[in-house]
Amino acid sequence: MRELTFTAAAHEGLAEEMASDPTIFVVGEGIGRRGGNFNTTTGLYDLYGPERLRDTPICERGFVGLCVGAAMTGTRPVVDFMFIDFILDAMGELINQAAKMQYMSSGRLKMPLVLRGCIGVGGASATHHSGSYASIFVHLPGFRVVIPTTPYDAKGLLKTSIRSDDPVLFLEHKSLLNTKGPVPEGEYTVPFGQASVCRQGTDVTVVAIALMVKKTLEVCEQLVQEGISVEVIDPRTVAPLDIDTIIESVHKTGRLLIVDETFAPCAIGAEVAAQVMDRAFDDLDAPVRRLNGVQTPVPYSAPLEAAVVPQPPAIAQAIRDVVAE
Amino acid sequence: MKSKATGQKSVAQATNTRLDRRTSLALYRQMLVIRRCEEQLARSYQAGFIPGACHTYIGQEAVATGVCAHLRPDDAVFSTHRGHGHALAKGVSVRRVIAELFGKATGCSAGRGGSMHLFAPEVGMMGTSGIVAPCILQATGAGYSFKLLKTDRVGVAFFGDGAVNNGAFHEGLNMAAVWELPTLFVCENNMYATEVPFASATRNQDVASRAAVYGLPGVAVDGNDVIAVYKAAGEAISRARAGGGPTLIECKTYRTRPHAEGMRDAGYRTVEEIEAWKARDPIPHFRAHVMATGMASEDECDQIDAEVKTLIEDGLQFAMDSPWPDPATALDHVYSTGK
Ligand SMILES: Cc1ncc(C[n+]2csc(CCOP(=O)(O)OP(=O)(O)O)c2C)c(N)n1
Ligand SMILES: [Mg+2]
Repeated sequence: MRELTFTAAAHEGLAEEMASDPTIFVVGEGIGRRGGNFNTTTGLYDLYGPERLRDTPICERGFVGLCVGAAMTGTRPVVDFMFIDFILDAMGELINQAAKMQYMSSGRLKMPLVLRGCIGVGGASATHHSGSYASIFVHLPGFRVVIPTTPYDAKGLLKTSIRSDDPVLFLEHKSLLNTKGPVPEGEYTVPFGQASVCRQGTDVTVVAIALMVKKTLEVCEQLVQEGISVEVIDPRTVAPLDIDTIIESVHKTGRLLIVDETFAPCAIGAEVAAQVMDRAFDDLDAPVRRLNGVQTPVPYSAPLEAAVVPQPPAIAQAIRDVVAE
Repeated sequence: MKSKATGQKSVAQATNTRLDRRTSLALYRQMLVIRRCEEQLARSYQAGFIPGACHTYIGQEAVATGVCAHLRPDDAVFSTHRGHGHALAKGVSVRRVIAELFGKATGCSAGRGGSMHLFAPEVGMMGTSGIVAPCILQATGAGYSFKLLKTDRVGVAFFGDGAVNNGAFHEGLNMAAVWELPTLFVCENNMYATEVPFASATRNQDVASRAAVYGLPGVAVDGNDVIAVYKAAGEAISRARAGGGPTLIECKTYRTRPHAEGMRDAGYRTVEEIEAWKARDPIPHFRAHVMATGMASEDECDQIDAEVKTLIEDGLQFAMDSPWPDPATALDHVYSTGK
């Protein structure tokens, strides 16, 4: 099978959807002729012109509010934030408007709105270009939150996101954009709410989020040599969350670690832990553990940056600790 | 097409404009429906039938009436916390408005909205709102859709003077102007935001003049003169439908009841000021105009008054008789597909 980068696969998903549905348009800064800061729209401007590849003024609240109105009136906007940190300027339009519009209108209005942007710590991006914010949206009714980690999932989930009638956060980790992976030539989509078991194992379940999937997979071979068999689950979408797949795995392994580079309080790990305790307490042979990034704004310099997110040695150690309990 | 007349401000001297009889009577009737419905809602509020907020539109009826008279059901209106008048003028029935404020299942939002969340997209009523100003951006977005879809539909935002100092006003008007979107921005300047005088919220109180900053036409009209509003809105909407881009219309008007039912109405404005504006009530003025120009006799006007009275009584009875929503529906429509 051919291999594509994460970026190329997602681009192909967007291009295919735009070709088949003329009501889709993209807004963002530099997504027109420039093709996007992260090459999200390369070449599409030449095909579809400025109305469907709309370079905006730098007014995140304004163009998100505009897209909410557009989604209510028959078109399907894709907001390309470049860095997801910029979404924070538009929170009122998202939380009070986009997420509540279907409810307020008793289902008579739909909200086909995609909100995409790069997340994650890395590359000396520093504190205004390193956020993730997924758990804020997971907390709120109305949003779908998608975090693909492979090129295959990036394409399939972006297509599902664009076809969804709900507002969807589509979060792309910067450090995954150039990773390559198999992507079939033909049409496919990946559904929301289906986790992927990336590696099968018997001793411990690790639920990893975004870049942490890759980092966890990196340490698994080493752990095999130490006699620890790790099962790695990538939820792929955290709202909806496929808790059944996680519970099935915990039923087998009896142990659970959640690895997420974002902050621990009220975040995805806390939610997974609570749901597993609710539904699979008797399966657990040890307390559920979390490994998170440090709760701090993100620093710039490489040694500081590396200190605030889980690194492979820390992940390996956390897995050993859970198994030892 | 290039948008023209950037920032040209003219207080339309429209009262001389002759409307035909049918339009005149429709405008009169619509204003009266809003007035009587609001009076009923105020009474119902006092009687305890409305559990939530109720911001009446009394005094401002000419604005919604004059603008919405030009709109089709497939045009989209985005409104405010003071939006009963917009909903009624856009075609939501008195029955469904009163039932919604009562919290009944038959309300236009099935009892999940109340006064500040009146939705009826089937007639282009895209919501009143509990948040000041997003309507400006959403109407801009409707304009974006309608242009992309190559239709001649328009998006309309109604908002108060309180919204024009919010960033949404700046961002929305700027985008609508630069992309020449078919959007109408209707500012109802009633001189106060809750109890804060407009004069103490901004140095430039000439809202229409702000249009020039963004490069779109801005017009100020007497918002208590339904003919002036009708004429200005008609020009702006025709221009928008023809691809000529957005317009800002500032309607200078006044609410004669407190900000919301149950609130005091003292300490921030004088009785004299209120009385002076009551003397400029848009409805008796227009009634007198209709009769003076021979478009309708007093009997015909009385006939309309009687019909409207019956309509409101029917709406009230409907709301009273309607069932409560089923608690099992509280979780419906959070997502497009069940859960
Ligand atoms: C974003 C936001 N801030 C504050 C409020 C509270 N609030 C409700 S109405 C209002 C005043 C609005 O004044 P204006 O826009 O002039 O409309 P009017 O009430 O005069 O019709 C305020 C501050 C709100 N609803 N939304
Ligand atoms: Mg006001």
